Amino acid sequence: MKFTSFKRSTAVLALGLTVALGATGCNRGEEGASGEKVTLAVSTLNNPFFVDLRDGATEAAEAAGMTLEVVDAQNDSATQTNQLATAATSGVQGVIINPVDSDSAAAAVSPLLENDIPVIAVDRAVNGAEIASLVSSDNVAGGKQAADELAKAMGEKGKVIVLQGVAGTSASRDRGAGFEEGIKAYPDIEVVAKQTANFDRAQALDVATNLLQANPDVTGIFAENDEMALGAIQALGDKAGTEVSVVGFDGTEDALAAIQAGTMTATIAQQPSELGKRSVELMAQLLAGETVESNVPVPVTTVNEENVEEFIK
Amino acid sequence: MTTAVKAEKRQHMDIKKFLANNGALVGLLVLCLALFIATPDFLTAGNMLNIGIQASTIAVLAFGMTFVIVAAGIDLSVGSVAALSAMVSASMFTTAGLNGWVALLGGLLTGAAAGAASGMATAYGRLPSFIATLAMLSVARGLTLVISDGRPVRTADQVSFLGGNLGPIPMPIVVLVVAGLVASFLLNRTVIGRYMYAVGGNTEAARLSGIPVQKVLVIVFALSGLFAGLAGMLLSGRLDSAQPQAAVGYELDAIAAVVIGGASLAGGVGRISGTLVGALVLVVIRNGLNLLNVSSFWQQVVIGLVIALAVGIDVLRRKNTIH
Repeated sequence: MKFTSFKRSTAVLALGLTVALGATGCNRGEEGASGEKVTLAVSTLNNPFFVDLRDGATEAAEAAGMTLEVVDAQNDSATQTNQLATAATSGVQGVIINPVDSDSAAAAVSPLLENDIPVIAVDRAVNGAEIASLVSSDNVAGGKQAADELAKAMGEKGKVIVLQGVAGTSASRDRGAGFEEGIKAYPDIEVVAKQTANFDRAQALDVATNLLQANPDVTGIFAENDEMALGAIQALGDKAGTEVSVVGFDGTEDALAAIQAGTMTATIAQQPSELGKRSVELMAQLLAGETVESNVPVPVTTVNEENVEEFIK
Repeated sequence: MTTAVKAEKRQHMDIKKFLANNGALVGLLVLCLALFIATPDFLTAGNMLNIGIQASTIAVLAFGMTFVIVAAGIDLSVGSVAALSAMVSASMFTTAGLNGWVALLGGLLTGAAAGAASGMATAYGRLPSFIATLAMLSVARGLTLVISDGRPVRTADQVSFLGGNLGPIPMPIVVLVVAGLVASFLLNRTVIGRYMYAVGGNTEAARLSGIPVQKVLVIVFALSGLFAGLAGMLLSGRLDSAQPQAAVGYELDAIAAVVIGGASLAGGVGRISGTLVGALVLVVIRNGLNLLNVSSFWQQVVIGLVIALAVGIDVLRRKNTIH
């Protein structure tokens, strides 16, 4: 009996939460002139990057006179699947998804596609499903920009080590590929080691220390995200920014501070609000009956000491 | 049988006994020898210090884990608890503006409190330690994110000192040695240490012989939490900042270190010296793979195989010791 009542109260609580969450979701957008209703399914709002993405999307939706309903999956694929199933039956005209996981998102969007509701993915791809478009940062171009920036700082010659992200992720793959391609333009620069530090600052500290042990004459480090770049700077100590140039990726607060302090050479900043904005604009085009590109890259910007002031909030 | 043959046989037995008791140490030495041959960068004073520093966090976590595994439990929360302790400490200093020593102590106590909570859930709530600490893994990580709002926070100078240098001596190595000595003393020279072996060896027998099993369990997990807190101080001290996603997955390294060091997951067996060797094995492999620039795809394969090999050899030698 006790268990049943526990179950019941949990169910009531869950229902209450759902209603409350749904209510906040509905309040997000203004009823637009065109009255089109679109759902934005975000992977998590527990990360400033995605909060910026949402803000960019809401602004664009207001400008387009679209009602944007935002749901937050809190980084849980199952939650996202449920949210999309709800969206499929709630009469929305389109769905913008920022998948929690690219692989499991295909199943999640299938009820939408069956109902001919157009789907646009933002920031992360949906693997194995025919969606209308993918709006994402141009990580490959960013990798190339990083190579140019690092080469410039190194005087276009010397040895480089690369700190890689989590093996097999698209961010790591694309940034790495872009960098590799970009650095080929400088024949006097040699990549002497490539090792993973899993996008983690503490691991980067250890891995960079080990790599510097084997390659003491390195003058450049490219890290596939800022956290690892900051770990490498820690490993370099006084050498960071003077003897060794470090270039990161993302444009986080700490990285911008390091660029100001002169320990970090540059970072490649993504534009999360631009990602949100572009995806909404694209959805508006789709709903107006226009055809859209299946891949829409959003440019990334190089941040160095010359323009770092503009990025600090 | 002549005395010479007898002596030779005895000598043979001694070597066999030594090898049987120190399988992990032999493995570590073989690994070091192989790396020494493979790369000139391995056996340098600088690299040896690096290994010591890099082993500090994992070893301190694993010392705490040794208590738990000896008492036939498991603690999956140590990585999250380390991150939480570091974040509480950093926030006490940076956000609340408290004294650095208070922040350091606060971090350590946070770890102990989180551990004690898991211990009580295990001892009095009758949850399997796997479940209790799995819950704590999630709770502690969540609280870390709540406190930090997902951003890194600067640590107190006293905490950074633990991660820095005292003249030429790296402090993480000092902390590692002191923590090892304290853990070893607790496990071997105190009543509570002997109780841990008793509880882990046979809980029912321990209970019947009047050992306060529940209290022992709470203390065991509180100690594991305390050591996790110390590891959190080391980790954040080395980075001068507490990271919300720090030490994810470190519990698995800690468990691996303890098991490679010869402890049994069935409880009642385990030594701090073995755990230290286990932690060094893991760190030396990672260091060596970096020095040799082995592809990151293969690194995980190699580390997995070494763990399987180390424990496999251990099972074999145990079988041989019984016969």
